[in-house]
Amino acid sequence: MLEVKNLKASIVGKEILSGLNLSVAAGEVHAIMGPNGSGKSTLAQVIAGQTDYEVTDGSVEFLGKDLLELETEERAREGIFLGFQYPVEIPGVNNAYLLKAAVNAKRKHHGLSEIDAFEFLKLAREKMAMLGMDQSFLNRGVNEGFSGGEKKRNEILQMAMLEPLLAILDETDSGLDIDALKAVANGVNSLRDPERAIVLVTHYQRLLDYIEPDYVHVLSGGRIVRSGDKSLALELEERGYEWVREAANA
Amino acid sequence: MSTDPNDLESLVNRRYEHGFVTDIESETLPPGLNEDVIRAISARKKEPEFMLDWRLKAYRHWLTLQEPEWAHVHYPQIDYQDISYFSAPKSDDDRPKSLDEVDPKLLETYEKLGIPLHERARLAGVAVDAVFDSVSVATTFKDKLHDAGVIFCPFSEAVIKHPDLVKKYLGSVVPHRDNFFAALNSAVFTDGSFVYIPKGVRCPMELSTYFRINAANTGQFERTLIVAEEGSHVSYLEGCTAPMRDENQLHAAVVELVAMKDAEIKYSTVQNWYPGDENGKGGIYNFVTKRGDCRGDNSRISWTQVETGSAITWKYPSCILRGENSVGEFYSVAVTNNMQQADTGTKMIHIGKNSSSTIVSKGISAGRAQQSYRGLVKVMPQADGARNHTQCDSLLIGKNCGAHTFPYMEVKNPSAKVEHEATTSRISENQLFYCRQRGISEEDAVNMIVNGFCKEVFKELPMEFAVEAQALLNVSLEGAVG
Repeated sequence: MLEVKNLKASIVGKEILSGLNLSVAAGEVHAIMGPNGSGKSTLAQVIAGQTDYEVTDGSVEFLGKDLLELETEERAREGIFLGFQYPVEIPGVNNAYLLKAAVNAKRKHHGLSEIDAFEFLKLAREKMAMLGMDQSFLNRGVNEGFSGGEKKRNEILQMAMLEPLLAILDETDSGLDIDALKAVANGVNSLRDPERAIVLVTHYQRLLDYIEPDYVHVLSGGRIVRSGDKSLALELEERGYEWVREAANA
Repeated sequence: MSTDPNDLESLVNRRYEHGFVTDIESETLPPGLNEDVIRAISARKKEPEFMLDWRLKAYRHWLTLQEPEWAHVHYPQIDYQDISYFSAPKSDDDRPKSLDEVDPKLLETYEKLGIPLHERARLAGVAVDAVFDSVSVATTFKDKLHDAGVIFCPFSEAVIKHPDLVKKYLGSVVPHRDNFFAALNSAVFTDGSFVYIPKGVRCPMELSTYFRINAANTGQFERTLIVAEEGSHVSYLEGCTAPMRDENQLHAAVVELVAMKDAEIKYSTVQNWYPGDENGKGGIYNFVTKRGDCRGDNSRISWTQVETGSAITWKYPSCILRGENSVGEFYSVAVTNNMQQADTGTKMIHIGKNSSSTIVSKGISAGRAQQSYRGLVKVMPQADGARNHTQCDSLLIGKNCGAHTFPYMEVKNPSAKVEHEATTSRISENQLFYCRQRGISEEDAVNMIVNGFCKEVFKELPMEFAVEAQALLNVSLEGAVG
């Protein structure tokens, strides 16, 4: 589904990704781990189309299409979803309004008719019940005054509504207490599907106790320096990132 | 499209493609202003003596005044002797015969704004005879208003048919000595609207509806007077969302509202005059004096405005809260893009006991536009228990625009409660990226954020206009972010 080859990307002239390779197939869950500054979030942002980053080399293919040729919104409509590490507040814009606009933008792109208010509400309520979210969420401003846990849950709600083919969740576990973490993990697990790939970007092994990955990759210096199954995450937890850094330099 | 912050301004290049100019071929007085010109205007309108005297008095006073310079706007010196102060309405021969002859781009804008089909022909200036629908609808409205006892007619007609009412109320809120532009208007105004709602009558329709179908081109020196007698109620809407072009660069209108005991006047404005090109060249200068007098106890006057046009806007719809428990309201959305300049706000003068006022001002600046909110809340010594709440928010799009706030407060009564809140925010790259990552285009994202910002004001507009106003904002900010 996703083929990243020799990807190099920089921001204001500073190279962050230096020849990264990654292959993700439908139905798989990948975890990308690594120390701070190793390029985890950059990878997520580049795939989503954040234009602050300049891609200097390599390629990214999504379902056979050259992803780097597509606008941010086109990538989203094609089925790429980024769960933000820091979801931004948009005061005055109703959460339901944004959600409905997003759902309809995608439907339109795929030649489907727009969902009406009634259908939309029904669908949203269903997903919210699944995530244990209060109905009042819909009528609040987008992330306006939300707690850290509420913001992350809201990201998962958007993901549930948009049903992406590839979901990249950037540090979805950061800043969550154990209950919120469980709720978010349950939401993600319920969205596991043979048609869908999930990429978890995380600093800690903790999230992987709740969402079991098929593959774990360790990022260091803008490249994947080690890949393995979930046992790699445990080993990493035990030996620390210093270990992979040494391995990378060796 | 790139969201590189350095590029943010590069796409602020919206052009006003939708305006239209028709050649004027009419009985136009030669440029220049003197007492003979004023006599000529009065004579052509067959005005009674009192009207001419009033005009001359205003003119003589105007000669003693200096053009004000305190507003935060810049424009070249206006030569008042270079303006023609009278031109008769266009004849039907000069107008398009049907919508087929109208610029397709204009029609496209109507479409974008959601203007009803039956109104498009009139807005495009199609000869009246061709607009069968509108005429019959207007006649129905006219009968309905007549049955209710409401007087609603062109100002020039009121001067002749209802001279006593005009004499009694004209200049009673905005005297001819009030300010430079008001004095000029008093001397040379050509037409406008007159509304009189008798005691206890609730006007059977939004006067907007009628106005949109029947109003002719209003001209550059417009004069409007609305009187609501005891216990009456009226909602009036001027202007429209469709783009308006005018050969006259200077516009100086005066609007006076009088609300007697228990009466209520709701005055809504949608202003979309030609703003000029991206360098501000050729746009309308809009210097307006609007004031409402809550003369009776428990009266209420509410101003709601959506301002997107004009190169320069100088406008402070105000309320004099004379009656006890009287209420003044000001809800405003002002959009400035490119080189537009706006200095706008309101004045609330509290005289009556327990009078209260609410000010909600939303300013949006894009391009290189400069916008100022200027508001005065004045509480007189006798206004025990007066209250005011002001909320003044600015939204900036891009880095080269500016928002300024000048709130003045003069409180002379210790029991008064006056509150002022102000915020300034910017549409951030992060917000736009977030929306785009959800599949929403950048333009839709900007519209969504802007409309969210203006929600409080839009809900005060008559319903059919709220939808159009929202569309208007979207059109006005097209290409403001890129």
